Amino acid sequence: MFDTLTLATLPEQDEALRPVVRDLVARHVAALAADRRARSWQGFDAGFSRALGKAGLIGLTLPKAYGGQGRGAFARFVVVEELLGAGAPVAAHWIADRQSAPLILHFGTEAQRQCYIPGICRGELLFCIGMSEPGSGSDLASVRTRAERMEKGWLLNGQKIWTSNAMHSDYMIALVRTSGTTEDRHAGLSQVIVDLKAPGVTVRPIVDLTGDAHFAEVFFDNVALGEDALIGREGEGWKQVGAELAFERSGPERIYSSVVLLDAWVRHLQATGRNDCAPLVGRLTAELATLRAMSIACTARLAAGESPVAEASIVKDRGTGFEQELPVVIGDDLAAHPDEPVSEELYRTLLYVTHVAPSFSLRGGTREILRGIIARGMGLR
Amino acid sequence: MTMQDMDLLGPFVRLLDDVAVPAAVRALEAGGSIRPIWQAIVDSGYLDALVGEDRGGAGLALGEIAPLVEALGAHALPLPVADTMVARALLAEAGIAAPAGPIVLVSSLAQPVPGALLADHALVDTGMAVVLSPIAALDPQPTGVHGSVSAKLSGVPQGPSLARAAGGLRAVAAVLRAALIAGATARLTEMSAAYANERAQFGKPIGRQQALQQMLAVMAEDMIACRIAAGMGASHGIAVPVHLAASAKITTSIAASRVASSAHAVHGAIGISEEYDLQLLTRRLHEWRLADGSEGYWSGLLGKARLDSAAPTVDWVRAEVFG
Repeated sequence: MFDTLTLATLPEQDEALRPVVRDLVARHVAALAADRRARSWQGFDAGFSRALGKAGLIGLTLPKAYGGQGRGAFARFVVVEELLGAGAPVAAHWIADRQSAPLILHFGTEAQRQCYIPGICRGELLFCIGMSEPGSGSDLASVRTRAERMEKGWLLNGQKIWTSNAMHSDYMIALVRTSGTTEDRHAGLSQVIVDLKAPGVTVRPIVDLTGDAHFAEVFFDNVALGEDALIGREGEGWKQVGAELAFERSGPERIYSSVVLLDAWVRHLQATGRNDCAPLVGRLTAELATLRAMSIACTARLAAGESPVAEASIVKDRGTGFEQELPVVIGDDLAAHPDEPVSEELYRTLLYVTHVAPSFSLRGGTREILRGIIARGMGLR
Repeated sequence: MTMQDMDLLGPFVRLLDDVAVPAAVRALEAGGSIRPIWQAIVDSGYLDALVGEDRGGAGLALGEIAPLVEALGAHALPLPVADTMVARALLAEAGIAAPAGPIVLVSSLAQPVPGALLADHALVDTGMAVVLSPIAALDPQPTGVHGSVSAKLSGVPQGPSLARAAGGLRAVAAVLRAALIAGATARLTEMSAAYANERAQFGKPIGRQQALQQMLAVMAEDMIACRIAAGMGASHGIAVPVHLAASAKITTSIAASRVASSAHAVHGAIGISEEYDLQLLTRRLHEWRLADGSEGYWSGLLGKARLDSAAPTVDWVRAEVFG
């Protein structure tokens, strides 16, 4: 069962990328407080993303012909691990690098590749993904936003919601209905690319429970799309989204969301000289080590050209469970010593991660949906 | 032809499928002779898989034979075959002739040792040396646990001494238990998925119930985690670094309890019965979890090492666990 998911190692030449990333991180990130760094892939810094692009650290999996590095999934793993381990603000280029560019590369036309991918690799063209709608969360096949075929191009009407970084993005790749009705489920869905500055597009940020506004609702009111807005084939949107989500679910971003908090807590323990919780630290360290090895094993499947849908779900479900456990046990440890001072920075970091942690098992597919995918991979249903 | 040239795992699994059938495992547990199974394993040549080629073995690395140890676990074989493989490699390295029978690795005399009732010899870590002793010199006593071939050992080991490496025997023994657990969890996950597809209640297979699917998905996650953690534990050879052993044994020991519990939950009452094979595997899981340090033992050790370093967590894990 899931026999191909076995121990793999990162190639030496990809490990060699670490010093380059570290140098940039040291200059841009080191001075940020832990509660800022804990935001990491909610942290938006267009300048930092452009600096990464300039250093050749975006588009690692993409061909050189389109401005990429022509390397692969392992190189991306190394760079992403360095960025997330340090809590670097990566939101600006994150979606475009991880999902949009590979999607355009696999399913787009030559003209679309030339048009979008080089700018993505420079860290200049920012993308968001339009999947959820007010009536479509886990049940994505029920999307109602519709692109109507016109004599020339498409006419887009509808609404997306919970779209991360829509207010900062240049383009959205949206899953929309191009034929049939919601009764037709997966048939009749397509992916279109939408210029968010086009007339008829309204983006309204949504403030979350931490006070941040990283996601938004996006309205389309008779938005005219060109002939070349369609990505891939009309009616194949569902299949394309499936391939895209394997990229979204398998990376190290699914194990490191709380690692800045973990580091801050370890520093606190070291400063107080308290080691009564060494077994807890040890268990968490072992869980992290195993998750890292699982994530590398999944990356090896991506590197082999596969689309490890169930395997990626295994890593993401276990990884987000770990990410969510950290603020719970760390909060308990700190408050189990009520007479021990806790720095404001650590306290803010703890509460930020505590409050935002529920989103870890929502974004990119809920825990319940992922477990359904795994169960199907086991031959159940 | 050396063993590297052969398909290593296939013939070994076929051998176990042949000789380590559930009836044979039950016979061993009931005090039956080890001879038929043991002789078949001796004849296969696999016992010297880890012995250097210059000393007549196959010269394989621990990482290469980890899938064999997993296969032993999947068959719930209580014979100390993996222990014997490691013991024979250590003895060969020390220039000591290995005895013919099964050898158990003993990292402590304080608690029961899995498989010791079936062993002829014990390789005992005394904390100062590693001693090859006839098992009889250690007065093996049954634990009184139903179906268990573990034994409590005592006394002073008698026999030739080997130099003791820094970590002693506990690290490598823990990695063997981790791989055995990985094999048993894989088998239990397969059995549970198959049973959930067969067993019908409320007019449909119970595997169609979302509650069951969610539980089985978590089992699959634990199964993969065990496979990967055990593989990592074995990846640096027979001189297992302590942090690697810790990571492997913590992950697999935590999963062992969870997987055993889920497997029983899926199977219902039949899984508790003596005649059904599930219990052969789940009883073994608990035994291997308790052997050579549980998750609590290794977590304390790993956590202390982690807290001694100023490095950020990811860097520390990369350097000290992945090495």
